[in-house]
Amino acid sequence: MSVAQSTPPAPADRSGAEAARFMAAFAEAGARPIEAAILQEADLLLDLYGEDIRARAFTTWDPTAGEMMLRPDFTVPVVRMHMDGGADPARYCYSGPVFRRQETDPGRAREYLQCGFELFDASDPARADAEVFALFAEVLRPYGLRAATGDIGILTAAVRGLDISDRRRAALLRHVWRPRRFRALLDRFSGKTPVPQTRAALLGAADPLADAGPEIGLRSRGDVMARIEALRADAEEPPISSAQVALIDDILELKETAPNVLAHLGDIAVDLPAIGDATAMLRARLDALDAAGVDVDALEFEASYGRTLMEYYDGFVFGFYAPHAPGQPPVATGGRYDALTRVLGRGKSIPAVGGVIRPALLPDPAETAT
Amino acid sequence: MTLKLGVPSKGRLMEKTFDWFAARGVAMRLAGAEREYSGAVEGVEGVELVLLSAGEIPRELGAGRIHLGVTGSDLVRERLPRWEDQVSELVQMGFGHADLIIAVPRFWVDVDTLDDLDAAAAAFRARHGHRLRIATKYHRLIREHLRDAGVADYQLVDSQGATEGAVKNETAEAVADITSTGETLRANHLKVLSEPPVHRSQATLFRSRSAGWDDTTLGTLQALKTRLDLLD
Repeated sequence: MSVAQSTPPAPADRSGAEAARFMAAFAEAGARPIEAAILQEADLLLDLYGEDIRARAFTTWDPTAGEMMLRPDFTVPVVRMHMDGGADPARYCYSGPVFRRQETDPGRAREYLQCGFELFDASDPARADAEVFALFAEVLRPYGLRAATGDIGILTAAVRGLDISDRRRAALLRHVWRPRRFRALLDRFSGKTPVPQTRAALLGAADPLADAGPEIGLRSRGDVMARIEALRADAEEPPISSAQVALIDDILELKETAPNVLAHLGDIAVDLPAIGDATAMLRARLDALDAAGVDVDALEFEASYGRTLMEYYDGFVFGFYAPHAPGQPPVATGGRYDALTRVLGRGKSIPAVGGVIRPALLPDPAETAT
Repeated sequence: MTLKLGVPSKGRLMEKTFDWFAARGVAMRLAGAEREYSGAVEGVEGVELVLLSAGEIPRELGAGRIHLGVTGSDLVRERLPRWEDQVSELVQMGFGHADLIIAVPRFWVDVDTLDDLDAAAAAFRARHGHRLRIATKYHRLIREHLRDAGVADYQLVDSQGATEGAVKNETAEAVADITSTGETLRANHLKVLSEPPVHRSQATLFRSRSAGWDDTTLGTLQALKTRLDLLD
């Protein structure tokens, strides 16, 4: 821009100008600019994100439409719009305010600008991942940010490859995005946490429901008996071996440059062949990133990165962080969310990857340069 | 400037509060007509009695419209975000004890811990098509508790009274509420999870951090604390 300015613009103005620059770059990359309603159906967001979304999003009430939410992000409306008849491949970009309640930190913004780019492309996921990351790296280059990457698909592949029952596998996969509960389950399935006394008594009882009181509520006697059956089967199942738990731990602890992680995963795959495909996917992505001009040798990779970023990121994940701003949320985040499109599409899934930038968190480029 | 002391305006909580202060030489009485919500304090100069619903006292403390207030520690934690930044506890008063607990139907013999509740919620959602509903008025405390424990596939439904009946009425599958003896729970065929309570509540004298504290009110506070034997 050639307009001379004698005074620095107010922060909001600067965000707007930067958002316009990102939108231009996204459009240049082939994205169609789209808009989304600010008021979103609360039911859908609650079903997707669970009760926690109420702590993070503003809810309001309409006399006929019921509970509504001020959009906490654009992902859900963009995916829905695309699923109603978008082309394949399709690229979209958007820019607008999102709204977040701040229950614990009054200093954080309740309304801020978010600019995003989403790519729906079923043909070559590795290339699509690389395209999105390379685009973000390029538009954010002037700000000297630190990039972090990960891949949820490696952990889920490892869990799928464990020598356990489908029931235990489903329980672990359900909690991939809740690290503490995931660990608690792993400890229980491996025998590290003993079975509670009450559980042993329950399973030993001839008639567990004797003297249990009347059946009330929607969760029926049949539901209770089905779970007792599941608990009985679980009690019969041998513990996950410490060797297998160690493999999961190895994966969770991986935090190095991407090529080193790739080498380590190759070693782990000897004992856990199920991660072979996910490792090949990572290799293909790194090749595609390299081809897109990203310095792969210096790229940070952390196998547990992104587990608490957003449920439904189920593959490649990334974030960009301002230096010297510890505790500040990432300036940009993104990743692959095929799982989300699977839930929204009721069985029909569209491979999707994208990301968002919060311009207000960008450091001043002038400061960064010095 | 007088020091404004908010106390519950009715019921046992009011009586017990009056008794607690009286036992320490601070007499409180209602002024004027029987149903008039104003009162007087004797024993310490410069204290103005403000009668409020116990549920409003946290908000008044947070806004700094009263200097001190007596209310349940559960209400302060539920209603004031980052409550410790807004108020401080002067003394736990030793009455109004109640535990905030999560309860499920007694015939759920398979559910004893939050672990079980989480597993039951997953199966319930898969089978019934909606998240397992928990009726409560303690939305913040319960949501934070369940989030910390990593429980998923539940939803909170608001219940401002007769919460224990929600399961029988099929408006919820479980409840989260305050209980002191557990009698109402038992009468409604519910049992408490065998975990420590979400919060152990009791009547507490709170000090507002945001109220206008000047030399006069600080002096009054000092005199009151001396009377109540609360000096460090």
